[in-house]
Amino acid sequence: MAAISREEVAHLARLSRLAVTEEELDMFAGQLDVILQAVAQVGEVAAADIPPTSHSVPLTNIFREDVVTPCLTPQEALSGAPDAEDQRFRVPRILTEDVAS
Amino acid sequence: MTTTLPAYDEVVARYEPVIGLETHVELGTNTKMWCGCPTDFGGEPNTRVCPVCLGLPGSLPVANKAAIEAIIRIGLALNCSIAEWCRFARKNYFYPDMPKNFQISQYDEPICVDGYLDVEVGGETVRIEIERVHLEEDTGKTLHVGGATGRIHGATESLVDYNRAGIPLVEIVTKPIPGTGALAPEVARAYVTELRDVIRTLGVSDVRMEEGSLRCDVNTSLNLPGAEWGTRTETKNVNSLRSVERAVRSEMLRQASVLDAGGRITQETRHFHEDTGDTTPGRSKETATDYRYFPEPDLVPIAPDPAWVAELKAALPELPRVHRRRLQQQWGLSDLDMQSVLNAGAVELIEATVAAGTTPAAARKWWLGELSRRANESGVELAEIGATPAQVAELQGLVDAGKLNDKMARTVLEGVVDGEGSPTEIMTNRGLEVVSDTGALTVAVDEAIAANPAIADKIRSGKVAAVGALVGAVMKTTRGQADAKTLRELILERLGVQG
Amino acid sequence: MSDLTRMTATEIAALVAGGETSAVEVTQAHLDRITAVDDRVHAFLHVDTEGALAAARAVDERRAAGEVLGPLAGVPVAVKDVLATRGVPTTVGSKILEGWRPPYDATIVQRLRDAGTVMLGKTNMDEFAMGSSTEYSAYGPTHNPWDLSRIPGGSGGGSAAALAAYEAPLAIGSDTGGSIRQPGAVTGTVGAKPTYGGTSRYGLVAFSSSLDTPGPCARNVLDAALLHQVIGGHDPRDSTSIPQPMPDVVAAAKLGATGDLTGVRLGIVSEFVGEGAEPGVMAAFRESVDALAKLGAEIVEVSCPTFAYALPAYYLIAPSECSSNLARFDGVRFGLRVGDDGNRSLEEVMSLTREAGFGPEVKRRIMLGTYALSSGYYDAYYGQAQKVRTLITRDFTAAFEQVDALISPTTPSVAFPMGARTADPYQMYLADLFTIPTNLYGGPGISVPCGLSEGLPVGLQVMAPTMADDRMYRVAAALESAVGTFTPPAL
Repeated sequence: MAAISREEVAHLARLSRLAVTEEELDMFAGQLDVILQAVAQVGEVAAADIPPTSHSVPLTNIFREDVVTPCLTPQEALSGAPDAEDQRFRVPRILTEDVAS
Repeated sequence: MTTTLPAYDEVVARYEPVIGLETHVELGTNTKMWCGCPTDFGGEPNTRVCPVCLGLPGSLPVANKAAIEAIIRIGLALNCSIAEWCRFARKNYFYPDMPKNFQISQYDEPICVDGYLDVEVGGETVRIEIERVHLEEDTGKTLHVGGATGRIHGATESLVDYNRAGIPLVEIVTKPIPGTGALAPEVARAYVTELRDVIRTLGVSDVRMEEGSLRCDVNTSLNLPGAEWGTRTETKNVNSLRSVERAVRSEMLRQASVLDAGGRITQETRHFHEDTGDTTPGRSKETATDYRYFPEPDLVPIAPDPAWVAELKAALPELPRVHRRRLQQQWGLSDLDMQSVLNAGAVELIEATVAAGTTPAAARKWWLGELSRRANESGVELAEIGATPAQVAELQGLVDAGKLNDKMARTVLEGVVDGEGSPTEIMTNRGLEVVSDTGALTVAVDEAIAANPAIADKIRSGKVAAVGALVGAVMKTTRGQADAKTLRELILERLGVQG
Repeated sequence: MSDLTRMTATEIAALVAGGETSAVEVTQAHLDRITAVDDRVHAFLHVDTEGALAAARAVDERRAAGEVLGPLAGVPVAVKDVLATRGVPTTVGSKILEGWRPPYDATIVQRLRDAGTVMLGKTNMDEFAMGSSTEYSAYGPTHNPWDLSRIPGGSGGGSAAALAAYEAPLAIGSDTGGSIRQPGAVTGTVGAKPTYGGTSRYGLVAFSSSLDTPGPCARNVLDAALLHQVIGGHDPRDSTSIPQPMPDVVAAAKLGATGDLTGVRLGIVSEFVGEGAEPGVMAAFRESVDALAKLGAEIVEVSCPTFAYALPAYYLIAPSECSSNLARFDGVRFGLRVGDDGNRSLEEVMSLTREAGFGPEVKRRIMLGTYALSSGYYDAYYGQAQKVRTLITRDFTAAFEQVDALISPTTPSVAFPMGARTADPYQMYLADLFTIPTNLYGGPGISVPCGLSEGLPVGLQVMAPTMADDRMYRVAAALESAVGTFTPPAL
């Protein structure tokens, strides 16, 4: 049985903001299936009582003092912008509202 | 939409509300959460940005120690447990005001958990349980262009300014608050007010709702008595204390009308409208959002040293509730009187006025009387009325010195509120001062006696109460600048009558 | 003077310091070499001729003014295009960043400048460092100077090929699953992955934040150590940077070069010398093990059973982090924007931009990571992979209680022909089978040339405990003293 369906891949592409083509969907569905079946091997390891590792460096409490440092100039900040207007980054009309935070 | 809403009394008779509040507080640190850019309000667009808060490729966050300290202090003030070890997490979703298209936040490991805040509503203490307090970063600001309203709907393009992006944001989430019945809107308001006062006392934020440094989302649901809690809605865009109360009330009414008609409540985000006082649904999401939280790999865990936490706890300032109790005692007020001071939002104003040398009774008289009346009339918060505690103290000083009588003091206070200057300036400019020169006053009294022989005879014959008519007459000729008590004595003296 | 491009960094620095040549002369020689061979090798995405010559002139002026120069002053360096370079194009091998000139320098780039090294330009790489052959670069593949029809490894194939083609004596790479060591192995050069946190990631365009480690590439161990010393050490801009002094890797390399490994215990990873590697690779490895034993090292076999799960764990952790790290490439603040016709919505433009800007391997990993982090799959995939990571770390810790360092072949095979694995992504992943465990653990690893198989270089990997980078340099330098360095055929 396939680990992932073409529809699921299409959903992942939408979540990832990738306007993939139909041909790509066919290709990715097959490839991701192979990869997922291979990586699913991690499930073979008995690790129920093992703590997860998110950081290999055992550091804690790395903080910065609350001191102002120089900013970029607006010109530098906007230098890479595909489009700008009134010293702001211009984007096309937004469909969805910000629903988080 | 002109659905007729049911009456509030009926709603609370039939349904039980459950509310919950999520409050965001922008910390007043010098710099942003992850970089050294300044956090000042305002400023030309994109002038307070760097590779980190713009999310440029390769940039990395480093946590601001002052923000960590601030949230721990907030947690302690809200009686929370401080986590021994916790991490930041990434909340993944695409939105242009978020430079990295993920927000660094906290997920299942908030730094402060399980606290409470006691608030007073209608003389009762209500304990609001705090579920969590966590730290995250603010977003940039998006300007919607081309639409009629400046809102997202109908706009043809949007412009983004990242000055606000990355400012440390503390999110305080209550547990669901059941059992408040008809008082739910007031409880919500009292909670936000108390929270604001606590945070202001800590000095970690200016907590100004109008500038957005304190923002509130209100969750509301209704259920039939004894039934399970209903589906909740989340109301955003609640930008003043008054709106908190109105938003809960309006959402209770709306939900009741839906339920009454046999409808079901949709779990959704709604927007509160300051002008109409009602809520409208936010645009629904394309699919259920999956934020794919995972531990932020660019930051290391926080493990606050217990000694540090203890030190911060010991150094907490006197919190508003304790402070108020102490003031109540000092001012000698009954619970009821104290409650009216609280309701008027006058505690700090009176306290400052007393600190400037006025008696508590006098300070309370001005703030709860004349000034509260003016504030109500013009629909502003008492603190925004335009008179300062120092001015009120100055005014009372003039009264105590006998330079102003009560009526004149009211006139001067009107001038202060209208921005005419200090009490002394207004008194001088308007020529308002108690006539204390007895010579001039004696002439005026004698004139009045001469002009009102019948009344003068009455008084002479023992009807001392009639003296009021003469006092009024003299006041008229002196344009009110005489001290009524002095005047009364003078008239009786000139008539040879014992007062 | 003999060919400046054939010299070691140590030799070049000495000549510049002694005034026998100038930094400008050295730089020009390398720029000439690039002009002569890079149309065939394609190691560089951008050659910063003016910037390099200006930096070289500045070094010469400082020397003329009597300044004491650092140990690598005047030495040219090629920088992998994954590091932000102020005003100099930085593409990460992707179309999505075409034309982007960062307004800031990566910490490592700043340190390279401060040390008086001369940045020649930016080297080719698999897009966003995802790949093992540099064939996934959006700007065309790099060719292995040993055999132009073969891959130079990846993702840092450009940096390794630049060294092997004598276009640069030093290069910077970044290693997330083997992207420094594997290219080093297949090009006959030295590539070191420092301890995670030992080199700053500030300005390194992130692929997988908890694994990415920038590090030095060179043609010999001492040069790698010198470069390591220049770029390494604590950086307050990187929260995961270790706030401790780093070990003296240069002294360790010099000690190793004496050829004495008496008292050093080396462990061969049993799991990596089975059927996993090609016979030719195994033969070269076995000979090197004998050489190490002759230098006085005690050789034992050590079993690390969970290493078998390193590859699957890696291909869950790295794509998960990448799916989040690469979200910022949306055509709003920098880089490519596609489809903004005044009519389409931001959401459509963003999706078209990312579709056009990312190559297939990047898209695969973004989707894979998005899947692994989704609610409902998180525990089985990402969460479980992180637990496996703990077990791998425990295997390393247990191994290092028995031995000073672990050794294995760096790669299962020599450089494979171009195009051989692009159709089968998982086959490509297998190239990193031996290098990935170290990334999950966070410790240092180095690949040092140890022989040839069918005329192509084979690398030996030395893995050491975290913050014991000096140990791997000592062992690598000792092996180098025994087997020598390897020179590719003339281009």
